[in-house]
Amino acid sequence: MPGHLLRIAVKQGGLRLWNEIPDCQEGTGVSMGIIKASKLIYEYIRRDEEDQVEEVNRAIDGLDLDIHEGDFVAILGHNGSGKSTFAKQLNGILLPTEGTVWISGMKTDDDSHIWDIRKTAGMVFQNPDNQIIGNVVEEDVGFGPENLGVPTDEIWRRVDESLAAVGMTAYRMKSPNKLSGGQKQRVAIAGVMAMKPKCIILDEPTAMLDPNGRREVIRTVHELNKKEGITVLLITHYMEEVIEADRVIVMDSGRLVMDGTPKEIFSRVTELKGYRLDVPQVTELAYELKQQGAELPDGVLTIQELMECLVPMLQACKEQDG
Amino acid sequence: MAIKAEHINYLYGEGTAFEQYALKDVSFEIQDGEFVGLIGHTGSGKSTLIQHLNGLIQASSGKIYYNGEDIYQDGYDKKGLRSKVGLVFQYPEHQLFEVDVFSDVCFGPRNQGLSKEETEARAREALMLVGLEERFWYQSPFELSGGQKRRAAIAGVLAMRPEVLILDEPTAGLDPRGRDEILDEIAALHGEKGMTIVLVSHSMEDIARYADRILVMNRGEKMFDGTPKEVFGHYKELEKIGLAAPQITYVVHQLQEHGIPIKGDITTVEEARDEILRLLGKGSGKAGSRL
Repeated sequence: MPGHLLRIAVKQGGLRLWNEIPDCQEGTGVSMGIIKASKLIYEYIRRDEEDQVEEVNRAIDGLDLDIHEGDFVAILGHNGSGKSTFAKQLNGILLPTEGTVWISGMKTDDDSHIWDIRKTAGMVFQNPDNQIIGNVVEEDVGFGPENLGVPTDEIWRRVDESLAAVGMTAYRMKSPNKLSGGQKQRVAIAGVMAMKPKCIILDEPTAMLDPNGRREVIRTVHELNKKEGITVLLITHYMEEVIEADRVIVMDSGRLVMDGTPKEIFSRVTELKGYRLDVPQVTELAYELKQQGAELPDGVLTIQELMECLVPMLQACKEQDG
Repeated sequence: MAIKAEHINYLYGEGTAFEQYALKDVSFEIQDGEFVGLIGHTGSGKSTLIQHLNGLIQASSGKIYYNGEDIYQDGYDKKGLRSKVGLVFQYPEHQLFEVDVFSDVCFGPRNQGLSKEETEARAREALMLVGLEERFWYQSPFELSGGQKRRAAIAGVLAMRPEVLILDEPTAGLDPRGRDEILDEIAALHGEKGMTIVLVSHSMEDIARYADRILVMNRGEKMFDGTPKEVFGHYKELEKIGLAAPQITYVVHQLQEHGIPIKGDITTVEEARDEILRLLGKGSGKAGSRL
């Protein structure tokens, strides 16, 4: 579901006043992370004209996952690996076929919590043009809280804060369709932030952006994570966007197949390629040099790391040579 | 010479208060059999430019020649031009509409007025060129995976047997392997069929790997035109206009800053690997011992 539809859906159900929403943490274990999935299974079922089941496609197949509050988690996986289906489980766009998903301790298949869940876990999708509805930037950002019944003063305060958090204050009176792709995505993120979520899920937010737009969006998301303590779940196909995450998860055939720090994950180059993935160019270079016998560590992630190992080696060669 | 553009200007809202240049004095030539990468920030005019090349958009002023013929002259066969210059839009799978993949691919050649036999022969050929297996041909295009849908859509353009194939971000949203597969197939069309290719991409790594030549657009104007090595040598200027060089180019420049005598014009991982191995091997005096 595109973002604006989701926000309209919030409007239709979010009739309770913002300050009447009950405490989300009721009746949950203390140790549970902000996002938890247990034995999660989701099947897309296709039916023919007589409503007979024609085909069952298991997109998520027994996923167990626990994400801690405040973490920056990247999810990798090829097209069709189940990443987006999983993302849609996290705010109740899709409900589990079997198993359970908890957001801040609330079960997603419990109807009475659905609007609290959508406030807690905000989503940003791939295409910025599908998510912007306002004619003016500030109006777009205020749409979410307005529909939650937030008082006007509080809406404006949230609009101010959210635009500042994504660095778009200077554009608040502009028309969204005059913005670049990266700026539009930042407005979409501000729109989610204005609903005061604890967690933001971004499903390939940079796929349609140029390099500058990609940098802007990724930097913004990292700042929200560090400064505001927002839990971030970033789904992406760009390996360079993953290196600063706290944790990287790789999905394949609806299962979790790799889970670790970027360094651990990107040390396993062959395995990643087997899952139709890739590594950043600098990691690939270090890996290839190592394959040829150069003494380099596994999982080199940044140019700086590579320099620290490679420059002394090359300088030694140069001195011997010269 | 396949395509020649001379002093192309294109204005939005011409004659109104909102008049704005989308393209400003753009000139270039694309030779038969070239593989040209087209890069630029969002809104730089790339998509507007490629739509000029098959006559979908007419320039406000300036000329475009296809194989030496002025496409704006009276009586020029624009419909014919569109089958010779095939354009694959961004997210082309959004344009799939037929009941099955095979019928969808047949749509183009059938509209060219070809016989049923010829149409079907071309559809088969095109589907094989994009590497879509026969078991998918009679499925609904909407049941395919992202990468397969995109292949089906590209086959729809190839079935018209274009001489020039222009692709607007053909790999956006695909996983790394899917991206490599599509680009390898495009490279094969270029290498084996001699097709002229214009590839629009936001991935500098992909452009560096596949293109012989790069055109850089900035705010509607052509900023650079050269080989990947020449263009990515201007990486500082590229950053100023919202682009970048491939990551590997930065690795090489940093090595140079540390006084390592490495060639500066490296744009792919393979080149960098070979060059560094050469430096490591040569320095030790006995190749391989240090490695």
